[in-house]
Amino acid sequence: MKRIFVTAFFLSASLLTSAAPADAPKAGAVPNMPRFRFENFSTANGLPDNHVYSVLVDGDRVWAGTNNGLGLYENGKWKVFTTKDGLAHRAVLSLALDKNTGDVWAGTMGGLSRISGGQIKTYTQLNSGLSNDVVYGVSIEGEDVWVATAAGACRLNLRTGAWDLYNERNTPMVEIWVYGVSATPTKVYFAVWGSGILEYDQKTKAWDKYEDPDGETELVLFKDQGLIHEITTSVSYVDHVLWAATYFGNSRYDGRYWHNFLMKDSGLPSNFTNAVKGVDANRAWFGTDNGLAYYDGTNWAVYRPSLTTHKPEMTVRDAAGHVTEIHVTSAPAHNYILGIDFQGKDIWVATAEGLSHGIFQP
Amino acid sequence: MSRQAHGRLRAGAVGGMLLIAAAFFAVALWTGDEAQAVITGRVGDPLVYPSPIELLYSPNGTQLYVLCNESDELRVLDASTGAAIKSIQVGHIPRGISLSPDGSRLFVTNTWDDTLSVIDTASLQVVAEWPVGAEPSSVIEDRGGKHLFVANRISNDVAVLNARTGAEEKRLAAGRGASYITPSPDGSRLYVTHVYPNPTPHRTAPESEITVIDTARAVVVDRIPLHSIAHSFHLTFSRDGRLGVVAEMHPKNLVPLAHLEHGGAFVDTLTLFGTDVGDKPVEVPLDELERYAARPFGVLITPDKKFLYVTSEGSEIVTVVDVPRLLRYIHTHQGPFAEDLSASGNYVVTRIAVGHDPRGMALSPDGSKLLVANRLEDTISVIDTHTNRLASTVRLAAPKQMSVLRHGEQTFYTARYSFQGQIACANCHIDSTFDGLQWDLEPDGFGRDIVDNRPIEDLKGTEPYKWNGGNPNLPTECGPRTEKYFWRSEQYDDLTLSDLVTYIQSLPPRPNRYKLPGYELTPAQERGKALFVRAVDKFGAPIPLTNRCVYCHSGPKGTNQKSFDVGTKKATDNPGLLDTPQLTNIALSAPYLHDGSASSLEEIWTVFNPEDKHGRTNDLTKDELNDLIEYLRTR
Repeated sequence: MKRIFVTAFFLSASLLTSAAPADAPKAGAVPNMPRFRFENFSTANGLPDNHVYSVLVDGDRVWAGTNNGLGLYENGKWKVFTTKDGLAHRAVLSLALDKNTGDVWAGTMGGLSRISGGQIKTYTQLNSGLSNDVVYGVSIEGEDVWVATAAGACRLNLRTGAWDLYNERNTPMVEIWVYGVSATPTKVYFAVWGSGILEYDQKTKAWDKYEDPDGETELVLFKDQGLIHEITTSVSYVDHVLWAATYFGNSRYDGRYWHNFLMKDSGLPSNFTNAVKGVDANRAWFGTDNGLAYYDGTNWAVYRPSLTTHKPEMTVRDAAGHVTEIHVTSAPAHNYILGIDFQGKDIWVATAEGLSHGIFQP
Repeated sequence: MSRQAHGRLRAGAVGGMLLIAAAFFAVALWTGDEAQAVITGRVGDPLVYPSPIELLYSPNGTQLYVLCNESDELRVLDASTGAAIKSIQVGHIPRGISLSPDGSRLFVTNTWDDTLSVIDTASLQVVAEWPVGAEPSSVIEDRGGKHLFVANRISNDVAVLNARTGAEEKRLAAGRGASYITPSPDGSRLYVTHVYPNPTPHRTAPESEITVIDTARAVVVDRIPLHSIAHSFHLTFSRDGRLGVVAEMHPKNLVPLAHLEHGGAFVDTLTLFGTDVGDKPVEVPLDELERYAARPFGVLITPDKKFLYVTSEGSEIVTVVDVPRLLRYIHTHQGPFAEDLSASGNYVVTRIAVGHDPRGMALSPDGSKLLVANRLEDTISVIDTHTNRLASTVRLAAPKQMSVLRHGEQTFYTARYSFQGQIACANCHIDSTFDGLQWDLEPDGFGRDIVDNRPIEDLKGTEPYKWNGGNPNLPTECGPRTEKYFWRSEQYDDLTLSDLVTYIQSLPPRPNRYKLPGYELTPAQERGKALFVRAVDKFGAPIPLTNRCVYCHSGPKGTNQKSFDVGTKKATDNPGLLDTPQLTNIALSAPYLHDGSASSLEEIWTVFNPEDKHGRTNDLTKDELNDLIEYLRTR
């Protein structure tokens, strides 16, 4: 099962299809959801590779982690970093910004790289305390670099240089395949593939674990009573609210109550979700295999090339479940979404066939 | 110091060794006449010398601040008369000094205390002492008075402090051995230079960098590569900001050191950068045949951009460069220039002999005098900038006697003993430490028997020396071996060699920054220690005595002083066993193994121990290996 999903994660979106909400537009006021004009980047205009795993906004600069190098978009031009520049591996799966220092950290298929002042320093499982070279996620909090790898999580303290490893021996982690990490001053959350969500309390240094009450099944017997599924892919902790993505739906947890989102009872275009990024406690963006979705706490919007015609498409689903199609002239480069970041009111989206810049339309 | 003076020293040494020196604190002389060396003999007792390392004029030019590296003080002199105004005690082994932009505060970095002394320039009192990073070496306050930036040599970073409270806000990753910070003339950028090379692949040319910091944002915005440079020191700008200059060392460690007679050990160079230079930095040599400028340290450009002055520690000179001629040369000739020993004749005006180990410089407010701090002579050379000649030498109040340790230290730092005065011990042991490089020392063919340079602190009880254990003691290591393979020139007399050895043996271990206060171990360090001393592997099998970490790395220094085969020798190595290196401050001296092929402590076991010959480690998990390394970092 695990191998199947990992393969799916790296396959291009053309191999992945799923049913989309088919509700017909209903009369009445359509919720005012954000609209964008999407500008898409590909190798044709300088992107190092069309398969984009991750995107990171750093002020006016945008970093794109691709299958063939790390791209930096600045002043209208792409600069590309490769293994020849010291990048740990050509496939850049994750990106994080150290807001204190301005340094960028890149998790790759072959180690962890720090890009600082245009130069790269690389940490691997052989030359450092990094737990594994396959780095799915990275997040910076204070002087700590938190890393999600294929063999557990770890933390590099930038002041002391010490590495702490977290795995089945010292945490409640059952599987050690850690897909995502979100570090904040109070909590650090890990999306552990097949082992739910792991929580680290920065103050007490205690671990906690959130699992699917239905166990390792695709059935949902206890909706809103816990994490939607064990196979988690992404976490985002914002305003003391945890947003969690899985391959079988998504979850929101406010510390007391869970709320789950499934395609059948929300505006999600697919349960198969690669990425989630919370805007605040009530709003979040989801990257699925069938498009980009936005939830404003009540309503949903989906942005994608149409699954049938491939023409740009935007749909809005209100609280009553009414779906309205909005006329748009642009859409993300592809509906297989792997990464999301914000630039003011704009959005940047990593897809399986290019990088998309959603320019907010007032 | 002249050779005649040395002769006098040697003649009086036997008697001097028996003398007990009384502390001598004379009033500083500032007569304008050349000072007479008042040293009368060599004594065995350790004496505390001021050892001036940096100089700075007060904002109004009436006072001269002299940072004294060995006596842990900042001396304040009357700039016109040289009269002592005050001695201000600072932290241990101060290295860097700067003024706040408004001139109200002086900052001093104390390298062994890891502190920053804040001195009020009106009252000349220390008003604060703030903790910073490991081995703080220089400090700069931004123009707006918001932040202090402190370069930490051992933690390889720049600490950003709140300029009012001293609270550290963040650390910026710099290069290895971050040591000197220079602001651009407009204050918008800070330029950081480094005394140790950045890591590079094994047996490739060294690399260093100038780390460029945006002062307002306090972030690193650029890293200017310094190719083939291992050690860089002070950096300066022309007043118009169009020319930046770095003093640096360019080692030739990929070829056998036996080629010293072909100018084959180091090139002493400057890197030029900025608008006057062009898109890319340009490296230019200071050396000429038989006129080397060993270990350039301080650099200063006159306000009219006519001359550039460079101190060279090992050669005990100040090189005067004609800036317009230098710029004309690099724009009219095809590079690279670095290894062209005929190049400097096109722009070097003169070389002015100064005192032992010249370091920092200061230009008088009217620009007429250039002062040079001679660290190992306790003097200040005064150079007339109109004639570019030595005008006078001023001796600071200091012990009159020459101690064995001082003479040994002078011997360690001077290049006068090597062929054509090219190198000194301190070329490879930067500030009496190490250089992070691997050398091809012996004339046994290119690329044979490559050896990593080991630190020399706390050496007593770690003999034999050399990676093959071939030298039973320091007199052998520093005497015949050095003379034959390194200097290829003048031999030490017995007393000089004895003093040199005494000095090296006196070098204490630097404070270990990985130990907790009270030397308690963290849980990870405790776990690592248990692995270090274990006698049974994780499968319950006994580990043979000679394959336990603690067997070879035993005792307080972490060596049983014996040689072993740990499975790391290469086909290019000469036959034989390898000496067990001491573990003192092992965390600081990457790379590792006898030839430096392990870039980190981890690689010793993840890459170079496939058969468990370098200790039983292949049963360990990654977390356990990390624990072992955490423990080693406390040694």
